[in-house]
Order: sequence, then C-alpha cells, then structure tokens
Amino acid sequence: MKKALSISRKAGDRYITYLLLIVIFVGVQSFLNSGAASRSFKGLLIPTCAYILAAMALNLVVGVSGELSLGQAGFMCVGAFVGSLFSLLTEATIANPLIRFPLALLLGGVVAGIFGFLIGIPVLRLRGDYLAIVTLAFGEIIKTIFNNLYIASDDTGLRIAFSVDAFNEKPLAGNATYYIKGAQGINGTPQDSTFAICMIVLLIAAVIMLNFMDSKQGRAVMAARDNRIAAEAMGVNVTRAKMTAFVMSAFFGGVAGVLYSHNLNSLIATKFDYNLSILILVFVVLGGMNKMRGVMISTTVLYILPEVLRALKDYRMLIYAIVLIVMMLLTNSKSVRAFAEKVTGALKPKKKNQTGGAE
Amino acid sequence: MALLETKDLSIQFGGLKAVDRLNLSIKKGQLYGLIGPNGAGKTTVFNMLTGVYAPTSGTAVLDGVTLNGKSPVEINKLGVARTFQNIRLFGKMSVLDNVRLGFGNSIHYSLFESFFHIGRYRKAEREATEKAMELLKVFNLDGEKDYLASNLPYGKQRRLEIARAMATGPKLLLLDEPAAGMNPNETADLMDTIRFVRDNFDMTILLIEHDMKLVSGICEELTVLNFGTELAKGPTAEVLNNPRVITAYIGEDD
Ligand SMILES: Nc1ncnc2c1ncn2[C@@H]1O[C@H](COP(=O)(O)OP(=O)(O)OP(=O)(O)O)[C@@H](O)[C@H]1O
Ligand SMILES: [Mg+2]
Repeated sequence: MKKALSISRKAGDRYITYLLLIVIFVGVQSFLNSGAASRSFKGLLIPTCAYILAAMALNLVVGVSGELSLGQAGFMCVGAFVGSLFSLLTEATIANPLIRFPLALLLGGVVAGIFGFLIGIPVLRLRGDYLAIVTLAFGEIIKTIFNNLYIASDDTGLRIAFSVDAFNEKPLAGNATYYIKGAQGINGTPQDSTFAICMIVLLIAAVIMLNFMDSKQGRAVMAARDNRIAAEAMGVNVTRAKMTAFVMSAFFGGVAGVLYSHNLNSLIATKFDYNLSILILVFVVLGGMNKMRGVMISTTVLYILPEVLRALKDYRMLIYAIVLIVMMLLTNSKSVRAFAEKVTGALKPKKKNQTGGAE
Repeated sequence: MALLETKDLSIQFGGLKAVDRLNLSIKKGQLYGLIGPNGAGKTTVFNMLTGVYAPTSGTAVLDGVTLNGKSPVEINKLGVARTFQNIRLFGKMSVLDNVRLGFGNSIHYSLFESFFHIGRYRKAEREATEKAMELLKVFNLDGEKDYLASNLPYGKQRRLEIARAMATGPKLLLLDEPAAGMNPNETADLMDTIRFVRDNFDMTILLIEHDMKLVSGICEELTVLNFGTELAKGPTAEVLNNPRVITAYIGEDD
C-alpha cells in the first residue's frame, strides 16, 4: 500500500519549501551582485516571481479547494492597476519606497480580495462549475474596464472617465497629469519591485498558504473538495470554506499583480487577458495541483523556458510543447509517481508499527 | 424522555412514499437497530434526520430541539453525526486529518492564527491531535494515521468513518450499514467496538444493518421498515421472531 504524506513530514515538507526559496534567493542575489547576470536574466526575475505567486494563489482554488477559476489574470490586473495608481499618487508624499511599496502590495491585494469576495457571494453557494464561467467573465470585464479607464488630475482636481471624450469636451485645465490613460494604461510607475522584495513576499505567502493547509480552516476546504456531503454532515460550512480559499487566492493574485506592475514602465490592461489566466492554470495543473512546491517549480520552468529557447527560433514552440507533454506525463502517471515515492520513501527513516495492507 | 423522537415522519418522492409515518423513540444510551429489506427507506430516514432531505410531513426532535428545517451543518452541531452506506471519506486527506476535521467546530482559533501557527493554534491543534489519536486507537487505526484515507482497505475505511463521526462530539450516532463488505472477523471486531463506544462515550446509537448476526448481537431494540412503513418494533429477540418480519425477509439473503 502506498503511504500518504505524514503530518510530521508535512511540517518538515514546509521547511523544505522555505529552504528552497531561501537558497534560490541567496544564490540568485549573489549572482546579481557579482555583476555577471545578463540583462535578459535580470528581466525575467521579477515576472517569474509574480507568476509563481499568482500560480500558488490559483492553486488554493484549483488544487486545494477543487474549484475551477479562469480569472486569475483579472485579479492580477486589479492588483497591478490599484497598486500602480497608489504608488503614482503617493510617490511625493511617501518618498521611501520601503514604506510605499508594502502599502501598495497590501492595497492591491485587499482590493483584489474584495473583488473575490463579491464574486464568491453568489457563486460559491452553487454547486457545479459556475465559478469557471463567472471568473472567466470577470477577467474579461476587468480587462475591458481598465482598458477604457481614464484617471487624470488637473487644477479642478481628480477626474475619472470611461472614455477620452470626456476630456475632449472639457479639456484638462492647467497643470494636468494622466495617471491611467485608457489603452495606454499607466506610465511611470515607480520601479519599486526588486528581486529581494519579491522573494520576501513569496516566502511570506508560502508560509501563510502552507500553514493554512495545516489548520482547521484549511482542512475544512479540503474536506469540502473531497466530499461535500460528508463535509456538511461533519459540520463544515462549505460555502464559507470555499470563500476563504477563494478570497485568499484573489488577494495573493492581486499582490502578484502589484509585484508585476512595479517592474514595468508601461502597464497596459490587455496584458491580463484570458490567455494569461489559462497560462497560470497550466502552471498549476502541471505543477501537480495541491502541491505548492510543484507549482513553484513548474511555473519557473514553463515561464523561463520559452525565453531560454528563443535562440532556437522556429523550434521553440515545438520544444515547449514537448516539455508540456512530458511534464504532464510525469505529474499524472501513476508509475512515475510510485517510483518517485519509492525514491523519497527510501530516504526516509522506516517507521515501525506499520500494518498496512493486512486486510 | 427519549433522546430522539420522530412523530409520523414521512417523505414522498413523486408518487413514492419512501417513508410513511415513522415513529421512533430512542432513549439515551440505547443501541437501536433500523432494519428492513432493500429499498425499505432506511437510508432515507437517516437523510431526513440529518437534514439532507426535508420530510414531507411529521417531525423529528432531538433532546427537545426540532430538527425539521435545519441544515446538515446545524444538525451536526446539535449533536447528530453519521456514516454513509457508500463510504464518503475525505480521500485525499490523511486518516488523522479525516478525524481532526471532525473537531473543527470544537477547537477555536482565528484564520490569522492559522496563517502563522501562533496564539491559540498550537494548543488547540495539539489537543485535537491527541484526541484524534485516542479515537484512532479505539478504532484500531492509529497505525495508519498517515495513510491517505482512500488508500485504506474497505473495512478500515468503514471504521474511520465512525471515528470521524465521533470526533464531532455527537449525542446521537447514526451508522448506515457499518458492517457492509466486512468479513466475519472484522464484523465481530466491529461489534466489540460499537459496544465499547456506547459504554465508554455514553453514546446513543441508531444503526442500519443487514447483517443479522450483528443486529441480534448488539441491538437492544429494533424497528423494521418495509416499503417505507413500520412493520414491527420492540426488543430485538421479539421482533426477529415476529412472523411478519420473517415473511418480509424471505428471499432476502443476509
Ligand atoms: N432522492 C431520491 N429520489 C427519488 N427516490 C429516492 C430518493 N432517495 C431514495 N429514493 C427511493 O426511496 C426508496 C428507499 O430508498 P433507501 O435508500 O432509503 O432504501 P434503504 O432501505 O436504505 O435500502 P438499502 O438497504 O438498499 O440501502 C427507494 O425506492 C429509493 O429508490
Ligand atoms: Mg440504504
């Protein structure tokens, strides 16, 4: 009989994940400090971190909660725009980025979380795949809203419109600044995102998510996933459990958006489209669902790979497709998993008192 | 005063009267059997008692509280826990976590404390784990605490379901065919365990079972259902010798 993850191992397992993050951080940071890092390598770091966070967050819904969400890009979009707008508006008043940026991260996360909550209220009461449909629509709507949103300030104060016509009819007066300019998005977000901050945020997020999964609230979410009827019979408020996971996911999706946008000079809403949501979903599914570390690794590999393969030109997508297929086989094949368990099992001290398979 | 009292409890599915005017009266500490041929309506009674189905008419009262109109979650909090005829474990969770889930409403800490495993989290989790391990010992599952529930053999899955139900701290335990799929040895063990649970946890148990050896071995009183109606009720030996009951069971293999 196969052995499940033990609880003690689960706690140990968490520390392996934290250690991995710390080792990567130290390794990459010293590489950066050495000055040997190429421009394209540096350019990949922060987006990779942001996508890892977005994928881990989505995993709370897809893997842990067993619901399908197709709108993770929408939450990133909310976080990105809210965070960038906040940083632009407060750049003068809060000069220190080490104070401003955490506030932007928190604000972007909270606003995205509120959107998650509002979506969750009607949808999570229902059974079935309604969440997929609604989150899909949400992602598209959010993208469209920010793509048409104009926020500017002039001598008359802050002006908000959903079409540039409003500014044509009544032009901006005097000292005017655009914060969000429709399809051109936000320009000049302060570049507060650094690799170090990204890694700290990732570590905190990993602690929160993994600890959550080992708590009564986390168990309630997984129980509702495994068997809704039994969960209710055992006193689990299924709607509340699913809501908790979904709002957490939206929050961290928003935070990922803030990390992402503070690395971009020019932020546009069309970046956060349906394809991005699906891409993040692919990261989660190929990461083995429900396994945070697997999701981190698959995101890193699948996000960086196309860039690395750029040199191969025409063969790039072919190789990418092959890697996708191989990863799918690896994470979903019983025999491969059994082999992996054997390998990891052999490394663990044998426990006495095992009576499995007797019946 | 009975712990569970149903009065003319009935439910209709379209034209089918699945349960028709059932009157149960189960005293505290009793081991009570609900038997009857396939399709008699036994599981449907459990579903009404636990809020899965709403009765068409009649009432069910637990310890003075009417159960009608309450949700499964509320009814569990009032002290009714159950197992399922078709095992419904949390398959991708460990055996220990299946049981610890049951303590969810009796341990208290906030989501924030969960995020960082601080404050009340540590003590509450330690206590829940200890209590869960005690329960697992009672059901002889402590050696498998780290297995995924879905990897357990059938007989142990049935026992785990009872352990999980016990973790919610019920006054009344509903067992739906707890011995189904067990071999005679396992069934004999299960009978001991059920008696042990009743005696040591002052539990009141209502069980559905087709295995007559188990029924005659541990149930003190029985109600026999046939096509949704009460065929007989009373002390076990009396009911099992009732000619009408014997007739209803002819052709049934137990
Ligand atoms: N949701 C439902 N809708 C329609 N009919 C139902 C429903 N649930 C149960 N029934 C019917 O009610 C009757 C009683 O079913 P029930 O499952 O309670 O029988 P049972 O006594 O538990 O039988 P078994 O010993 O086979 O488990 C059956 O005829 C069944 O088909
Ligand atoms: Mg039944």
